[in-house]
Parts: sequence; structure tokens; C-alpha cells
Amino acid sequence: MRTLTDHAVTGLAVLATVLVVAPLVAIFVYLVYKGASSLNLDFFTQIPKPVGESGGGMANAIGGSAMLLGLGSLIGVPIGIGGGIFLAEFGRGTKLANAVRFTADVLNGVPSIVMGIAAYSLVVVPQGHFSAFSGGVALGIMMIPTICRTTEEMLLMVPNAVREAALALGVPNWRSVLAITVKTASPGIITGCMLAFARVAGETAPLIFTAFGNAFWSSNLNQPIAALPLQIYVYAISPYEDWHRLAWAGALVLIVLIVLAVSLVRYVTSRGVLKGAS
Amino acid sequence: MGVGIEVTNLNAWYGTNHTLQEINLKIPANHATALIGPSGCGKSTFVRCINRMHETNPIARVTGTVRIGDLDIYEDAKPVEIRRRVGMVFQRPNPFPTMSIYDNVAAGLKLNGYSNRHELDEIVEKSLKNSALWDEVKDDLRKKSGASLSGGQQQRLCIARALAVDPEVLLMDEPASALDPVSTSKIEDLIFQLKSQYTIVIVTHNMQQAARVAENTGFFLNGRMVEFDSTHKIFTNPSDKRTEDYITGRFG
Repeated sequence: MRTLTDHAVTGLAVLATVLVVAPLVAIFVYLVYKGASSLNLDFFTQIPKPVGESGGGMANAIGGSAMLLGLGSLIGVPIGIGGGIFLAEFGRGTKLANAVRFTADVLNGVPSIVMGIAAYSLVVVPQGHFSAFSGGVALGIMMIPTICRTTEEMLLMVPNAVREAALALGVPNWRSVLAITVKTASPGIITGCMLAFARVAGETAPLIFTAFGNAFWSSNLNQPIAALPLQIYVYAISPYEDWHRLAWAGALVLIVLIVLAVSLVRYVTSRGVLKGAS
Repeated sequence: MGVGIEVTNLNAWYGTNHTLQEINLKIPANHATALIGPSGCGKSTFVRCINRMHETNPIARVTGTVRIGDLDIYEDAKPVEIRRRVGMVFQRPNPFPTMSIYDNVAAGLKLNGYSNRHELDEIVEKSLKNSALWDEVKDDLRKKSGASLSGGQQQRLCIARALAVDPEVLLMDEPASALDPVSTSKIEDLIFQLKSQYTIVIVTHNMQQAARVAENTGFFLNGRMVEFDSTHKIFTNPSDKRTEDYITGRFG
């Protein structure tokens, strides 16, 4: 009977795993099926061709997405990690910390299009035009709550014994937090940042009224800029067969790039880890 | 060299819980002093008052005087300064999990801004030799994490880490209670060697251990110190009935 129960539970766990992974695999296979045939060098080197001409690529959108995500991370990662450190280490139990935690949770649930409107009214309206900068701000704000809360959770998982060990050596608290606690929790914190990054990398809605999209090359923070999700959106709802194919290819590239970026960060940050460190 | 510790009218609270009541005690320099007593009697709180770790808990409070050498630790100095002069070894080995063996030992110095590489190398070697760990780890100092060592080795690593900042007093809060008998006897040998250089205060549940390593023993019960005397007297001819009941195993 006991082995039977054991098998049943194992079976259920495997089934659940399959159910989780299956859609992911299905989406990826379908993207490869639909998009791989339109992938060529032009896709990565050319900007979009005018309607009617065949060929062209999404080089500007790939570059634009990289810039927007870079800018978003520059804003979201430090603020998010800083907020998480405050919640877990300095503000524990204070009213301010509770307010910050509540705000972060609410912010996490706000629909992404609302973030776009917020960035629109905060940056686009005062500036008077759409810009890459405003898109970066929208993505950055979206990253903050995820990073903040995972940072807090990861720091709280560091055993108190480790904090005490540092304090008992006469290390000032702020230094113990930065050099010991945060360092101990860093693999988890990095995972949180990666999650937030991957999430906003595919966001379209907050970019519609901020980055706006651009059919040409631009590296100017003050000008509208192309982004992969935006380009996919525009191409997918267009009436042209040619553009549909490019949209599929774009979606495939977007997923592959996210996986590559996450893997790269993991690889770089896991180097130098010592044997036996948990 | 170690220095003596003089405790006068020490009281400590956690919230409304009065965990230490009117403790008066003189701990002699360069001796090992054991503190025994049943769980929850205030031994750990007492040692945590000597390096001001007690107050890292936000609901904790202390009154009274603790002098280490000539220094009144609650009046004349900041907690971080006290903790550099009073090292501490905890019940469970707590090496920094992301650091190498070398960095664990050097942590106290490095995090206090000390960066002379050559001297750090020397101090790390000396500390590991003093904690009788050097021969076992000298080839993996920078390659292995402190967390990869066995429990007994980790505890000696923690002792080396405490010694590296060159304290005058070493507090040990049940340092061997999570270890096997072989590791325990290594720690006890170590205490024997270290007391020529440091004043050692060791909290223990193991009365044989107290008898083996300490010249003086204090018996705590319900937040008060019942008796403090030479270990020999405490274990053979205690003056207080409660001490006798405890060491003969009638309670606790």
C-alpha cells in the first residue's frame, strides 16, 4: 500500500511537471516551425522595408529592445535591490517597510498598460514627444516590485547565524549587510533580476505610448525607438503575408535572445563559485 | 594577552522577560571559566552581554556594568570596538557560506578595512595553526568554501576566524554541543592551549566538559548566578544545595 501511494504521488508530480513544461515546449516548437524559415542574415542586419518590397529585417528592433532593456535594468535593478535590502535588513517591522512592501505588491499587480500610461504622463507629456528614455522608464518601473520582493525573500532566507557571525567580529551592521548577507543571498537575488528582466523583455503595452516604435535605426534616447515586441505586434496585425512571416521570426528571436541573456548572466555570475558552497 | 572581566549588578531583559538578575562576577584573566546550568537559565544571555551582542535584538535591554580590563564596555566604547576585543564562537558552526576558507578567517580584518596582503597571509596561517586546523586545510585555503568542511572543522574554522582579529577574550557558547566526540575533544584540547593567550568563557551543558577545561565554574539558575567558585569545589563540595542537586543530576 505504501509503495502504491508512493508511486501515485510520484506519478502526479511527474504529470504536473509535464503539464507545466508542455505548453512551453509547444510554443517554442510552433515558433520554430513558423518562424525559422524566415530567419536569415537580413533579419539581423536590415531594417524593415517599405510595404510592397520583400525582404528586410528587424535589426533596429533588436537593437532598440537591447537599449530599452538596458535602460530599464539600470533603473529597475538598483532601486529594486535597494528596496529589498531595506525591507529585509534595515526596516524590518517598521511602518515604512510595511507600506513599501504593500506598495510593491500592488505595483506588481498593476496591468502593464497602466505602467505605460504612468510613464507617458511622467515622461512623455512633460518632454512633449515619445522617446526611448520614457520606454526604459516604463520597463524599469515594472521591474522594481519583482526584484524588490525577491531580494527581500532571499535575504530573509540567510540564516541569522551568518549575520551574528559578522557582527560578533566587530563588523559594522551596514558592512555586514552588504558584504555578507547580500553576498550570501546573491544567487537568489540574481534569479529575481533575471525573472523581472525576462518578464519585461516581452512587454508591448507599456511601450506603445512611450518608446512608440520606429521604422528606422535610432540610438537616440530622446527619439522614438523600435522594440521587438512592438514590431511583432505591428507586423502581426498587418494585412501582409510577408510581414506575418517576419513577425513569427521576430517572436522566435525574442525568446531565444531572452534565453541567451539569462544564460549568459547565470554563467558569468556562477563563475568563481567555490566548491561546496551552498 | 587576556584581560579579566568584572561584572557588577548586571540585569538583562528580552521584552518583559527578565532573563538575567543582579549578576556579580569576576572572571580572571588567562583562565577558562565555565558556565553551567539548565536550558533557559541565562548563560547564553550572559555571554552575549559581554560582547554586546545581546543588544542586536531590538527588544533586548541591559543595565549594570561590565568591565573588560580597564574598559567599561557600556560606557566607554562602541559595540563594534568591544566585539573586536571580545571574540565569540557560537553553538552551531557558522562559517560564511560563500567565502573560501582563507576569506572566512580573514573576514573580520578585511571587513574592518585591513588590506595588507602579506600580513593577512601570516595572520590567517597563524590563526589556523592556533585553531589546529592548518594541516587539514592548508592546500585548499582559497579553493574550498568554508561550508565544505566537516562540522568539527567548521567549528575550528570559526575559532580561527574569531582569533584572527586578535581578541583579548574568547566567548564560547556551547561550542561542542553540535559535534561528535572526536571533534569535541579537539575543541577541548584547543581551549587548553588557548587559555595561555586569551581569557576564555565557555557555556556548556556538559559538566564533564566544564570539569575538564575550566579552572572556575559558575552555576546559573533561573536568571541568577547561584554559585561561582573553583571548578574543583563546585563539583566536589558545592556550598549551595541547588548546585549540588544540579550536578548530581537531580534536576535540569
